[in-house]
Amino acid sequence: MSDLISSSLRELSAALAAKKVSAVELAAVFLDRIEKLNPTLNAFIALDRAKTLAQAQAADEKRRVDAGATANSPLCGIPLAHKDIFCTRGWRTSCGSQMLANFVSPYDANVVEKLTGAGMVTLGKLNMDEFAMGSSNETSYFGPVKNPWDVSRVPGGSSGGSAAAVAARLTPAATGTDTGGSIRQPAALCGLTGLKPTYGVVSRYGMIAFASSLDQGGPMAKSADDCALLLNAMAGFDPRDSTSLERPAEDYTRDLEKPLAGLKIGLPKEFFGDGMDADVRAAVDAALAEYRKLGATTVEVRLPNSGLSVPAYYVIAPAEASSNLSRFDGVRYGHRAPEYDDLTEMYSRSRAQGFGAEVKRRILIGTYVLSHGYYDAYYLKAQKIRRLIAADFVEAFKQCDVIMGPTSPSVAFAFGAKSADPVQMYLSDIYTISTNLAGLPGMSLPCGFGNNNMPVGLQIIGNWFGEAKMLSVAHQYQKATDWHTRMPEGVK
Amino acid sequence: MSRTTQWEVVIGLETHAQLQTKSKIFSGSSIAFGAAPNVQASAVDIALPGVLPVLNREAVVCAIKFGLAVGATIAPRSVFARKNYFYPDLPKGYQISQFEIPVVLGGGLAITVGAGDTATEKFVHLTRAHLEEDAGKSLHEDFHGRTGIDLNRAGTPLLEIVTEPDMRSSAEAVAYAKALHALVQWIGICDGNMQEGSFRCDANVSVRPMGQKEFGTRREIKNLNSFRFMQQAIDFEVHWQINEIEEGRAIQQATVLFDPDTGETRSMRSKEDAHDYRYFPDPDLLPLEIRPEWIAEVKSGMPELPQAMQARFQADYGLSAYDAASLVASRPMADFFVAAVAEAGAANAKTIANWIMGELAARLNKTDLPVEASPITAVQLAGLIRRIADNTISNNIAKKVFEAMWNGEGGSNNNAADQIIEKQGLKQITDTAAIEALVDEVLAANQKSIEEYRAGKEKAFNALVGQAMKATKGKANPQQVTDLLKKKLGA
Repeated sequence: MSDLISSSLRELSAALAAKKVSAVELAAVFLDRIEKLNPTLNAFIALDRAKTLAQAQAADEKRRVDAGATANSPLCGIPLAHKDIFCTRGWRTSCGSQMLANFVSPYDANVVEKLTGAGMVTLGKLNMDEFAMGSSNETSYFGPVKNPWDVSRVPGGSSGGSAAAVAARLTPAATGTDTGGSIRQPAALCGLTGLKPTYGVVSRYGMIAFASSLDQGGPMAKSADDCALLLNAMAGFDPRDSTSLERPAEDYTRDLEKPLAGLKIGLPKEFFGDGMDADVRAAVDAALAEYRKLGATTVEVRLPNSGLSVPAYYVIAPAEASSNLSRFDGVRYGHRAPEYDDLTEMYSRSRAQGFGAEVKRRILIGTYVLSHGYYDAYYLKAQKIRRLIAADFVEAFKQCDVIMGPTSPSVAFAFGAKSADPVQMYLSDIYTISTNLAGLPGMSLPCGFGNNNMPVGLQIIGNWFGEAKMLSVAHQYQKATDWHTRMPEGVK
Repeated sequence: MSRTTQWEVVIGLETHAQLQTKSKIFSGSSIAFGAAPNVQASAVDIALPGVLPVLNREAVVCAIKFGLAVGATIAPRSVFARKNYFYPDLPKGYQISQFEIPVVLGGGLAITVGAGDTATEKFVHLTRAHLEEDAGKSLHEDFHGRTGIDLNRAGTPLLEIVTEPDMRSSAEAVAYAKALHALVQWIGICDGNMQEGSFRCDANVSVRPMGQKEFGTRREIKNLNSFRFMQQAIDFEVHWQINEIEEGRAIQQATVLFDPDTGETRSMRSKEDAHDYRYFPDPDLLPLEIRPEWIAEVKSGMPELPQAMQARFQADYGLSAYDAASLVASRPMADFFVAAVAEAGAANAKTIANWIMGELAARLNKTDLPVEASPITAVQLAGLIRRIADNTISNNIAKKVFEAMWNGEGGSNNNAADQIIEKQGLKQITDTAAIEALVDEVLAANQKSIEEYRAGKEKAFNALVGQAMKATKGKANPQQVTDLLKKKLGA
């Protein structure tokens, strides 16, 4: 059974179809691993063995009764786990916060609905930075997630539970969300492949909002091929999300086997400056050399306003968050202070107790930048910068098919290394944020190891709706290299 | 300011009209009034984590209709914004509204202030009208020491209609509010039910010395849900403000509430405690784009507007401006008139108008019934008027028939008038021979009147006509009686 944990989704699908393994057996393999390894890693924060096995049994039944349908649903019976930001019916959905530590969702997020509809089996809910605010998973109410490559180091964030779980082979794949790099950065730090789609490709319905104009759900898995299969199931127009795009359905696997010859890779000058650690640079340079070997050419491009992306992001994202998180007031659900004398006290105590420090910091920033007299100077100006950043990408993509660079300036850092200095922490996302501001799709894939044998991620940024192209570019690299197949020693 | 200063009152109104859509503005829940608490509150309405708003197109159609009806500009692109504040009946912690770019800009309403000879015309300019969602309700009465929250109303679509500070008296404010109230019902976007809160007004009131250019400091009277309260509240507020200034105190900008029990306004919060709503465009909703084709489509489905209808009544039926305006004061009244004319013919339109505004209006007023609840239908009234026109009955007899119909005689039959005329034998005597015999009888019995008439007393002639009518219980055709009398008297 040990090979199952490292199998690709296609292999698992084939094994299920050939009845070499049942969905119930498969789920049990992973549940057993979770039982063994999760106490160390803290990736899962909600588990329900009975519920999972019942779902697996239903998937087996579906495959048995309707063998034809499984061809349309290759994912039927394959387990996965959801970042705890996705509302999951009957499961506690906490968003990593004390505020929602008692909230059991009465409905499924669109992403959950689609993946469950495809027959995928929910293993549990995954730890995350509180309300997705963080780059190290240290802000979770449920304690930090440990990086399976080195448990003294962070897994990245905010989808740190998703990244650690996949890296440790506690689940074949996971869902994540990315507001400023929250899929790509933990994917890089844990040595996985993760994809943030073009804004509007995956429905946000049921995904607890952090910054509505930036949030996007996406797959986190071991390979581009796995991500393509998952994206096929996750993407699509949803009338319940007004920002969801009404476009014809796409097969994101369609270009996977396209050779790379003639591919033009843009390398933004701004991504290859002083900010990047030498070990990261070495791994990225080696990956670019591999791409040239595969027939691609590289060209320098400019993203002159990318230096403004972090400040613009830390105006827009907190502004939206300060409003999005207003619904957590202790009135209808979630944490309510046990004692209060009046309404104002009920609000202030419930929120003071329910939210952690980083969430409060961002609510304060957001409230400030939207305040009367400051709106123009901060929020409006940030929106203007946002348009400039998008325009930079439009220019850059005139010269290239995809853009590449590092995902994160460093490999996974030690717990506490950046948690005392929020600005240092915010700079962890310096290479990923501009993609969210522009609404572009982005990926991270493993491209080697840096200091202390920690994984390094290569970032690919695609043009709008360039997911299939990006996936193909990543898949061709993964056919030529084996970084994505490496597994942390400690979890073998 | 001395006590001899002449003061000018300045009023602007903000009206919340609840739109008559089937479902809420951002969710599929029903907006029907009176359901048990919270049964019409979906996941979106109670703002569960992760839910998102989706704009109801019908609410936009209502806004377009309104914009067309008041001659406003309908913004090709408008933006929904979040108005952030905490309140237990505001589930998201913000209200979705339109702030910088509303859907309707400008336009206005022509109003008539007062009635009869003293009536004056005025045009009230609108600043804007925008779409927004209503909040839920906090129920303080039924829960001792606690507050109940009913979110049925949360997300109900509203059109907030804002005027320029154009009104100069409570009478003008009420006239505007009534005209707006009639218009929103006329175009079918609001049921106008003020008791259920479907139509509620806030009045911004200030005073300034006559001739001064700058506005005085305003106070906003919230939630006026009847025209009478509006009048009372503004009158009280105006007196209060003038008194304050004359006593040497400055007016502070404030939000005030009107207490119908005391007839007074009292301050709810001052400018200092005003919220900073931190408006910003709602990232969950795309800008609302309205193409000219959509406007044209809505326009093609709109009813004829009151002003156009009034002009048509004047031109086609020769009605006076006052009569025509009265008939279009409400859609049901206009519908009643149009239905009666359709039945009795355009030639009788003027008579119909007179009967509606005379006999029918008096009865409706007396019994406090709206025209749509009139016991006499438009078709029945038309049937009565046809019988006046074809000389079957006289005008006086018609009043008797009207009375009988009002009291339910003839039931709901379209030919109720005919049935009553038949049953009570009210048919006019038009047989010349019969009338001639009658006239002869009257002349023989009233020698004195004849002499008086011949001596030049016009009144005596009328007395003779009266005698003839009395003898037939009013059924003789008065014109024929008059003609014959004149002939016989050699007049």
